[in-house]
Amino acid sequence: MIYFDKVTKRYGDLAALEGITLSVAPKEFVSIVGHSGAGKTTLLKLLLAEESPTEGNVFFESIDVNDLPSSALHYYRRKIGMVFQDFRLIPNKTAYENIAFAMEAVGRTDDEIASDVPYILELVNLADKAHNFPNQLSGGEKQRIAIGRAIINQPELVVADEPTGNLDPINTYEVVEILKKINELGTTVIITTHNKGVIDAVGKRVVTIDRGKVVRDDASGKYIL
Amino acid sequence: MTWMLFKRVLVTGWKNFARGGAVSAATVLIMTVTLAIIASLVFISALLSYTLNTIKEKVDVSVYFVTTASEGEIFAVKDQIEKLPQVANVTYTSADEALTAFRARHAADQLTLQALDELGGNPLDASLSVRAKDPAEYESIVRFLETSPALSVGGASIVDRINYAQNKEVIDRLTLAIQATREIGFMIVVLFAIASILIAFATVRLAIYTAKDEIAVMRLVGASNSYIQGPFIVTGVITGVIASALVLLLLWPATWYAGTKTASWFSGFSVANYYADHFSIIFFILLLSGIMLGAVASVLAIRKYLNV
Repeated sequence: MIYFDKVTKRYGDLAALEGITLSVAPKEFVSIVGHSGAGKTTLLKLLLAEESPTEGNVFFESIDVNDLPSSALHYYRRKIGMVFQDFRLIPNKTAYENIAFAMEAVGRTDDEIASDVPYILELVNLADKAHNFPNQLSGGEKQRIAIGRAIINQPELVVADEPTGNLDPINTYEVVEILKKINELGTTVIITTHNKGVIDAVGKRVVTIDRGKVVRDDASGKYIL
Repeated sequence: MTWMLFKRVLVTGWKNFARGGAVSAATVLIMTVTLAIIASLVFISALLSYTLNTIKEKVDVSVYFVTTASEGEIFAVKDQIEKLPQVANVTYTSADEALTAFRARHAADQLTLQALDELGGNPLDASLSVRAKDPAEYESIVRFLETSPALSVGGASIVDRINYAQNKEVIDRLTLAIQATREIGFMIVVLFAIASILIAFATVRLAIYTAKDEIAVMRLVGASNSYIQGPFIVTGVITGVIASALVLLLLWPATWYAGTKTASWFSGFSVANYYADHFSIIFFILLLSGIMLGAVASVLAIRKYLNV
């Protein structure tokens, strides 16, 4: 499904990633771990076509992501649900509107939005906060809304960049459980994390990156840094 | 774009404006100032045109005829002059009218009137007062008068004198002054318009800058550029429309106040009357400027944040 083919990304003289080769199969749950600055976020940015590799290619379902013209990027991104450490909710939209926005963006009808958004809000256990703005939600609630937004269009892949980085243990547990559930329903999930507890709770494939290189790729979920 | 998307863009644009709080208020305020400057420039241009036209109307060239020239001969000349494309109008003053006017002008000057009586008869000439459409045209009109065969009867000229020579320097200076005032006035108007437009642009850019992270998220969620841009353009247009409505409202008391204070300075030009008489054109200028400013500034400002 995803294939990084000898990917190198340099910022000036600094190599953020160096000759990374990595593949992810459909319905996999992959945790990418590494120290700060190891290159985890750069890897995700390349996958989302936010950045272009200096060398190598990134493929998503046989499409070379870097060959996509700017005008087609939004179609590509609709296949991916994105969750960020800092939530990145739209501040002047309510919880409901933040989730609905992802549906509006892909041209779903008002009826579809009216039926799906309440369902997702129930799923992330925030139906009672539907009309709250982000500044009226806790960190955990914001992240659950962000996950709701990521999955509302049933993407083939959910990418979460340090999704529990700003959360307390209880909210971390809830977020991990939601991500596991999403994966069990057939969606590929890639997360980056520092959190050993998250890796242990997920118990799936772990890719360790250090100084821009893949140093371990374990199928059974081990946190070794 | 389908109706559904169009409706969503409109609703989102309105919601963004309504929820924008201080940012929306600041943008409206700056846009109001910008449009007020544009409106002032309209009034200044009108005042400048009015003043220059008033001055232009005070300039003319008089052709004085010998006392032996008959009224018929003078009217023949008048017809010829009126046919010249550069002539605005020609006024005939008979010798008797000139005398009456002279007496009226010197009613308080008994010595002059006494001298006139002692001369006996009417020493004043009949004349034609020629007004050109443009003061720069007087020279060509005078050249025509000096060379026209209609001005002589039996080889003798019926023209006594033309007062152009003694007025030439004044007319030339006035022509230059009018032209310079127009050009400088136009440059100032353009300069102020550009400055105020740039300020409005900067404000809209600043408002959109505060939303740059939001725009990046929209891109990553899969929204198309046009779907992201749309609400910002709508918000910009709403800002422009509200600002132009505010300026149109504020102009009523402002022009009334300015009109009462300044009518005497500008030889009868009243800004309040001008505003009332030209309301529809000013309405369209301001509304269109507001909409264009809001929309164009939004499009330009958002472009750089769409490259995510």
